[in-house]
Amino acid sequence: MDRRTLLKTGAMMAAAATLPAAISSRARAAGTIRVGLVAKSLGNGFFVAVDKGANEAAKALGDVQVIFTGPTTTTAEGQIEVIQALIAQHVDAIAISANDPDALVPVCKRALARGIKVISYDSAVSPEGRIVHLAPSSDELIGKALNKLAAAALPDGKGKIALVSATPTSTNQNAWIAVMKGDLPNYPGLDLVSITYGNDLADDSYREATALLQKYPDLKVIVSPSSVGIVASAKAVEDAKKVGQVYVTGLGLPSECAGHVMAGSIKSFAIWNPIDLGYATIEVAVDLVRGAKGPGSSLPAGRMGSIAFDDKGVGAMAVPFTYDKSNVEQFAKVF
Amino acid sequence: MRETHSARVGLGTRIGRLPHVVGLGLLTLLLLAAVSFAFPPFLEVDNVKSLLDDTALLIMLAVGEMFVLLTRSVDLSVAANAALTGMVVALFNAAHPGAGMLPVIVIAIVMGAVLGAFNGILVWKLRIPSIVVTLGTLSAYRGLVYIVSGGAWVNSGQMSPMFLGLVRVPILGVSVLSWIGFLVAVAAFLFLRFSVSGRNLYAAGNNPNAAAYAGIDVGRMQFLAFVLSGAIAGLAGYLWVARFAVAYTDVASGFELQVIAACVIGGVSITGGVGGVVGVVLGGLFLGIIKNALPVVGISPFWQMAVSGLVITVAVVLNAGARRHEGRRILEESEAGA
Repeated sequence: MDRRTLLKTGAMMAAAATLPAAISSRARAAGTIRVGLVAKSLGNGFFVAVDKGANEAAKALGDVQVIFTGPTTTTAEGQIEVIQALIAQHVDAIAISANDPDALVPVCKRALARGIKVISYDSAVSPEGRIVHLAPSSDELIGKALNKLAAAALPDGKGKIALVSATPTSTNQNAWIAVMKGDLPNYPGLDLVSITYGNDLADDSYREATALLQKYPDLKVIVSPSSVGIVASAKAVEDAKKVGQVYVTGLGLPSECAGHVMAGSIKSFAIWNPIDLGYATIEVAVDLVRGAKGPGSSLPAGRMGSIAFDDKGVGAMAVPFTYDKSNVEQFAKVF
Repeated sequence: MRETHSARVGLGTRIGRLPHVVGLGLLTLLLLAAVSFAFPPFLEVDNVKSLLDDTALLIMLAVGEMFVLLTRSVDLSVAANAALTGMVVALFNAAHPGAGMLPVIVIAIVMGAVLGAFNGILVWKLRIPSIVVTLGTLSAYRGLVYIVSGGAWVNSGQMSPMFLGLVRVPILGVSVLSWIGFLVAVAAFLFLRFSVSGRNLYAAGNNPNAAAYAGIDVGRMQFLAFVLSGAIAGLAGYLWVARFAVAYTDVASGFELQVIAACVIGGVSITGGVGGVVGVVLGGLFLGIIKNALPVVGISPFWQMAVSGLVITVAVVLNAGARRHEGRRILEESEAGA
């Protein structure tokens, strides 16, 4: 109880501190749109990058102010306090990456009732608590991106490829693999010879990758849509001394893959870009403040093109961002 | 196999197990033959080396587990111990890449031994059943991995080249990792056969009451077994992290079950007092061959777990059968004596 009161006082003080500035800016430019950007927690590199993209969008739009905030630990309670503080500040929109989809619904509803446009990004709030949700990517886009990465890793776009997935029952991975298979006819050079499962464990993935290298001596690319699998497969290729002969690609985090990109076993890989996500989040929030209807429409998002939202209000931002030797070091510092 | 077994009436239990080892050895060779028939490149030098590397970790941990099983206890925390120690040495290496390898190895072994000793103290002094103690420390050690790392990975880029390279250095064509596995097995063999403590481990597990009358502190033997198991797990933790070039919370998750399976297949009795290093090494190799063969032979991933589970069950059933046989033999003997 004490802690809660303390937090509340803190939040109120923070609100009070920003109030004069807010009033003066209102007085100066009535049209300034203020967007509260709520992270899962502060001190997380991913959200620092999201904030960077958000500010880029604010600058591009001109009359937008981003208030980046979040709890110190990844709890829904902490986010509720933060959102209450934002409501008290009369922001125009709130964008949230939720620590819990349902726990945030009541406070989000209160914000909606005050006319604040509430959206979620990265990690969704349940539909009744937000207008739209901006997913970093979609199954469709990810599956297609995986094929594109595999083709890019082949010198002449032709050769055998194999998959090291997570578990045989992983919903995400299976959806992406299904899209990959459907999209394969667009890449006549790609010959998918095997789908294996490393169970998101380093040793199992390493073993499966090693087995693939033995079984298909002329294998050219291992695609792993698992952040554990891509690193383990890369290590297996390095240990088998097949760097330059077999390339590993897939989905991974720059900080985790950087070493393997430098070692040469990974030429390029992809993951959603947090900077682009932050950028698109602010664009979409501002669209809504300016009167756009969310679900069932397509909203412009500056340099990200336009984002289509379905009837449930879910929109996928873009194809995953590709990382290679030229940019991996820079992003490895971020996330 | 049974015939040779009963022909050895009157010899000690350990020698009585010899046919099991021979049988398992033949079975392992048969398995190897079957796999290389289905997939000839399996026996290529490079693959055999990678098989040895892969199995060395399992064999080391299984040898440690065997010490504990011999004393009628079980250590479920070996994999969590390895994960925690592996993470700590990886963090140490990332923070002090210039410190060299000696501190890394010393930290790994000492820390593993301390974690094992914690289990051992609870079993020895508080007389809590080992399965309860190590089920608790399994979660506790795994949770500590998260706490010390903050949930973040230590990646290959953060580890020094020496840290990653040491396990891969070839000596006479075989990697250091395989050599360490081999040396641990040889040391364990010599310890169990020729040292008083080693003999006492068998005595404490085979018949704790008789052992106590003979002046052996059964609890102390259990403590010793946990410390040895922990020290080996700690060393294996460093080797694991270096081999797979990544330290994260789920390192070796669930591996304790494979370790115990290797022991059971190798003829170590869950009820204590029976087992040997040779059997455990063969049990580890047997499981290792299966794990490495299933992907190359092209068995569906949905079947892989079922197949290895079936093999383990069959091994346990065969073991249980062998022991029933032994019981009857003792009965006949005493009747003959009376």
